Amino acid sequence: MAFADMLNIGMMQGFAGLSLFAVLLLMGLGLAIIFGQMGVINMAHGEFMTLGAYTIFLFSTLAESFFPQFTQSYFLVAIVAAFFVAFLAGWCVEWALIRHLYKRPLDTLLATWGVSLGMQQCFRSFIGPKEVSPTLPDWLMGSWSPHEGLDIPINGLFVMALTLVVTGGVLLALYKSRWGLRVRATVANRPMANAIGINTKKTDRMTYAIGCGIAGVAGAAFTTIGSTGPTSGSLYIVDAFLVVTFGGAASLLGTVASAFGIAQMQSISEFFMTGSMAKVLTLMTIVVILMMRPQGLFASKIRH
Amino acid sequence: MNKIKAFIDQRGLGSFLILAALILVVFPLAMDIFRLNLVGKYLTYGFVAIGLVMCWGYGGVLSLGQGVFFGLGGYAMAMFLKLEASDPISTKIQSTPGIPDFMDWNQLTALPLWWEPFKYLPFALVAVLLVPTLLAFVISFAMFKRRVGGVYFAIITQAVALIMTVLIIGQQGYTGGVNGITDLKTLLGWDIRTNSAKYILYFANALLLLGCIYFCLWVQKSKLGTLLLAMRDKEDRVRFSGYDVSMFKVFAFCLAAMLSAIGGAMFTLQVGFMSPSFVGIVPSIEMVIFAAVGGRMSLIGAVYGALLVNFGKTYFSESFPDLWLFLMASLFIGVVMAFPNGLAGVYTSHVKPWLARRKATQAKSQALAVPPADNPPPASPPPAKEAEVPGLIRAT
Amino acid sequence: MRDHASPKPRSTLRRHLMQGLVALPLIGLSAIGQAAPPATAVVNTTKLAVTDTEVTVGQLHSATGTMAISETGSIQAEQLAIDQINAMGGVLGRKIKVIKEDGASDWPTFAEKSKKLLINDRVAAVFGCWTSASRKAVLPIFEKENGMLYYPTFYEGLEQSKNVIYTGQEATQQILWGLDWVAKEKKAKTYFLVGSDYIWPRTSMKIARKHIESVAKLGKVVGEEYYPLGHTNFNSLINKIKVAKPDVIFIAVVGGSNVSFYKQLKAAGVTAAKQTLLTISVTEDEVLGIGGENMAGFYASMKYFQSLDNANNKAFVQAFKAKYGAKAVIGDVTQAAYLGPWLWKAAVEKAGSFDVDKVAAASVGIEFKGAPEGYVKVHPNHHLWSKTRIGQAQADGQFKVVAESPELIEPNPFPKGYQ
Repeated sequence: MAFADMLNIGMMQGFAGLSLFAVLLLMGLGLAIIFGQMGVINMAHGEFMTLGAYTIFLFSTLAESFFPQFTQSYFLVAIVAAFFVAFLAGWCVEWALIRHLYKRPLDTLLATWGVSLGMQQCFRSFIGPKEVSPTLPDWLMGSWSPHEGLDIPINGLFVMALTLVVTGGVLLALYKSRWGLRVRATVANRPMANAIGINTKKTDRMTYAIGCGIAGVAGAAFTTIGSTGPTSGSLYIVDAFLVVTFGGAASLLGTVASAFGIAQMQSISEFFMTGSMAKVLTLMTIVVILMMRPQGLFASKIRH
Repeated sequence: MNKIKAFIDQRGLGSFLILAALILVVFPLAMDIFRLNLVGKYLTYGFVAIGLVMCWGYGGVLSLGQGVFFGLGGYAMAMFLKLEASDPISTKIQSTPGIPDFMDWNQLTALPLWWEPFKYLPFALVAVLLVPTLLAFVISFAMFKRRVGGVYFAIITQAVALIMTVLIIGQQGYTGGVNGITDLKTLLGWDIRTNSAKYILYFANALLLLGCIYFCLWVQKSKLGTLLLAMRDKEDRVRFSGYDVSMFKVFAFCLAAMLSAIGGAMFTLQVGFMSPSFVGIVPSIEMVIFAAVGGRMSLIGAVYGALLVNFGKTYFSESFPDLWLFLMASLFIGVVMAFPNGLAGVYTSHVKPWLARRKATQAKSQALAVPPADNPPPASPPPAKEAEVPGLIRAT
Repeated sequence: MRDHASPKPRSTLRRHLMQGLVALPLIGLSAIGQAAPPATAVVNTTKLAVTDTEVTVGQLHSATGTMAISETGSIQAEQLAIDQINAMGGVLGRKIKVIKEDGASDWPTFAEKSKKLLINDRVAAVFGCWTSASRKAVLPIFEKENGMLYYPTFYEGLEQSKNVIYTGQEATQQILWGLDWVAKEKKAKTYFLVGSDYIWPRTSMKIARKHIESVAKLGKVVGEEYYPLGHTNFNSLINKIKVAKPDVIFIAVVGGSNVSFYKQLKAAGVTAAKQTLLTISVTEDEVLGIGGENMAGFYASMKYFQSLDNANNKAFVQAFKAKYGAKAVIGDVTQAAYLGPWLWKAAVEKAGSFDVDKVAAASVGIEFKGAPEGYVKVHPNHHLWSKTRIGQAQADGQFKVVAESPELIEPNPFPKGYQ
């Protein structure tokens, strides 16, 4: 094989790793807020992603049948809508369930699993058991080919850009905004935060809803690379939790680092062995490292 | 007679005997063999459920990977039965007679070395008990020694369940892949598919389950059980008292694993096959709901939980398939929100006082002079554990 | 045999006429049944659920769970066939009553429900199962309780049972002719095989490899890869394919993975213009999820496509859409499921009995000229003789049939030389 070919493949493989990194990070971000910051084991995270994906599908169907002039541009609006749909759903779930369970994290696991089952059946009953595929704008599909033999997937670029925006937004919001201040105060010391006049209940609900909203955006982005069906969410849930746990639950930076590590490990091992064994190898490595270092990559300095 | 009654009351065996009567006498009399076989299948989940009571309810260790141990036990049994079913005569159509059919389809030409010992029943039985227990030990020892919190442990067991499924499906030449190990026929020449065999297996299963419950009751009553409870509620105090807390947790988890494995082996015998669909994340979480519905603190309740949820599943999926998932969802949510201690909790906090009141009023009306029976408030079950989440108590 | 009347009625009676139309070619077969119905004691000596007016059959598919996506079509097609048969007067003068059971995508549930159908309900036949795993789970039960199963999915072969009629193609029927076609038409020398990681793709790829490398000597296999069910990230795989530069990618990826695979393939610049791709796992049903624009130009090797141009199929498609809506699509398996009730009816009438042993014996040699895919015939090994076709995916989600095997292909579930 010519050297140029090898270079091309190397670059595309590097890009494959990066785009998997973007996918994992996007998946993990919402959970990093909900699980990492609030301690809620949100097993319905995947279903909030699916909700976002279905929102895109809804918009694509609407655009196709009523507003054909928007078929190229609806996608950006739909992503914002996906955020708000998932945000609202999260808001309701927090109000109905989660707020009663902050003192029992293991029980949030069971309750949110129930929520995820219910949502799956809703998708199946109201949208249908078959997988759907939104018609994506042409500019999103296809590849960018700077020279012969090198194809960079545009949807990968798009997901990466979106991840960058969302991650930046979350970091900014968490560390530079009032809301972020309140979240961090509540997380650090709830009674004290209450005492100085922070409405911790409102903060909790807002935080949970934002986490779900980000999941919705993630789901929306995944329509460009994957499938949308009632049970699609369940495919992502373990990966999402591992990304957050591996990074060290309370650290957003850790989530970024662990998403990067897992993505590279998986995509490189997939190149050299079969997909099944690559998956097993990656998961095993994560589990073994977590056994050695249970606090994750980026531990917060805590005693417990 | 009174002595026996006193003994039963003292040991808290009343509900145990009712359960025994129900599954040993009432069910076999009331049901045909098809339904009874189903009950037998549900009861194998009962093993998992009582295991979860021991490690989750008592030890405070929630495992989302019980399916792994259930599956390992089931597979160990299935491997033995499969080898017996694959004698050279009945497999003479294959390119390599004498090996299981799925190996032949996957171009294996000889029995893999690690399958060899499964030709012997004693080895298979030992494997049923030891392999899952060892795996549980390896997982839990490393984690609890480093004081990993309950939440993290749950997530890691979930990852183990995923690894196991991918591994079993990926190595289909050795494991039968997604189809599992099917078409099991005989146990030491005894046809397990006949009706009489199903009756015998049902009773064997029921007795084994009752035996396991009795053993767990004994553990609960012993000092060990007390320590487990103490550790669940105030881990540090137990640790400061000089106990090695992590080893107790490891014990609880290994016990749960072994119980699940027994259930898995009995499942294979009664249902006639084993497949990776019992190993994954979804079945593992469903197993948790059996214990949660029955009551995470009550061994007997957990068995009822397993029976009820599975009855419900069979009934609803026959009559209203669409509603089943909604019902399951509301079970999860309802148990957590309204009845954190499940059926057993409802019994102790509502039914029992009511019964006692009734008894008291009856006694009063019968003999006016007799003072009301003392009716202490039921010992309210301890609140579910507030597992520590590092993020919540992060120092600023 | 009567002429095939072209479908022209557009009245309120359309549905019934449609059903009748499809059934027309069958009337010859069912002549026995049109006389006074024979006594129940004669046609049912094994205590099946057969009365003087009714015969009960079972339907066992996943209406819920992950497989519901795929099995819904089969449920609908079987129901359609049964309705049509009932509209014609039923089987041996008895209307068919269906007991539907939900396997819930869970293999032990399949086993449990099949026991219920056979032991409690005493059904005369069962139409059902989709995945190999569910079939493997129920097979011992059907053999022990002596039931009759009509199994619709194309599958890996390596199985033959007195108690099962396989109405889909086994692996060699589906694969070999397709490979020969691609080797001849596309001058393909190098092949890259990709499958989901379970028995059907693995067996199919084994057969494909043997055929390519040793039996037909078409060329060389330059890669063989398997991914777990539900896998969604194929970028590394696509790069591996680019390194290997195969003439043909041969695919047996199933379920949700399919969607990710084709979307990412397109995004990586692998389109039909540059690359020949032949799949054995994408029917019209799957294209709905993948999106026609992501599949356009790729080839599929199947025995049936919705666009097949013959009178039987036109009537079938019309009846199907009349019943399930104009948007309904029909894939290979859906059509195979439709054959089940018709083949059973024909066998029962040939045997003059509902007894499973007699039906099983009578099944061999049954011909069905009214099949939407064209003429089929039951082989002594209980599989069907059928043709294989190559369809090219179109952007609208349909396939254009570009080639068809000249002869019926013999089913060969235990192919010599491919083990």
